[in-house]
Amino acid sequence: MRIADRRHDGHHRTPGYLKGRHGTIARVHETFTNPETRAYGDDGQPRVRLYLVEFDQRELWPDRPESSDHLYADVFEHWLEPAS
Amino acid sequence: MHDRGGWPTDARIDRTEHDLADWEILMDAIVGTLGQRSVMNVDELRRGIESMPPAEYEAASYYGRWLFAVETVLAEKSILAPGELDARVEP
Repeated sequence: MRIADRRHDGHHRTPGYLKGRHGTIARVHETFTNPETRAYGDDGQPRVRLYLVEFDQRELWPDRPESSDHLYADVFEHWLEPAS
Repeated sequence: MHDRGGWPTDARIDRTEHDLADWEILMDAIVGTLGQRSVMNVDELRRGIESMPPAEYEAASYYGRWLFAVETVLAEKSILAPGELDARVEP
């Protein structure tokens, strides 16, 4: 899948360096209250599913030396898109 | 200051540890208590930190940012009056 390359004015937990990048789902977490609305005093309902996403470091930092490392990040479902 | 992670830099990461000052331990306790009493949640804390002007954010310490966020959010909720904390600081 791919992280949505979407502008979002206001608090959100999706790092800019992941937006538009491809990764794979490594784990399906529980659902959690939504930090994007909780940040403004809301109760964060409805709850949203969180995923652990695995990225190749080369996908994120193409200018860096070759590396077989991976980066793992928790990303909410509404930031995930199909890969193509 | 939003989305600070991942910015390129050649600066070395400061990994030095320091003993926590009393005010830093108090700051931690205040944020914990505000959360337990449903006055202010951790996402409001983070959003408050992100509202810091960039230069102020870079210069501030970890708990200095928490202090800024707590004062900002509690003022929004009219729990603190604007300038109330400054007025209560002894000269």
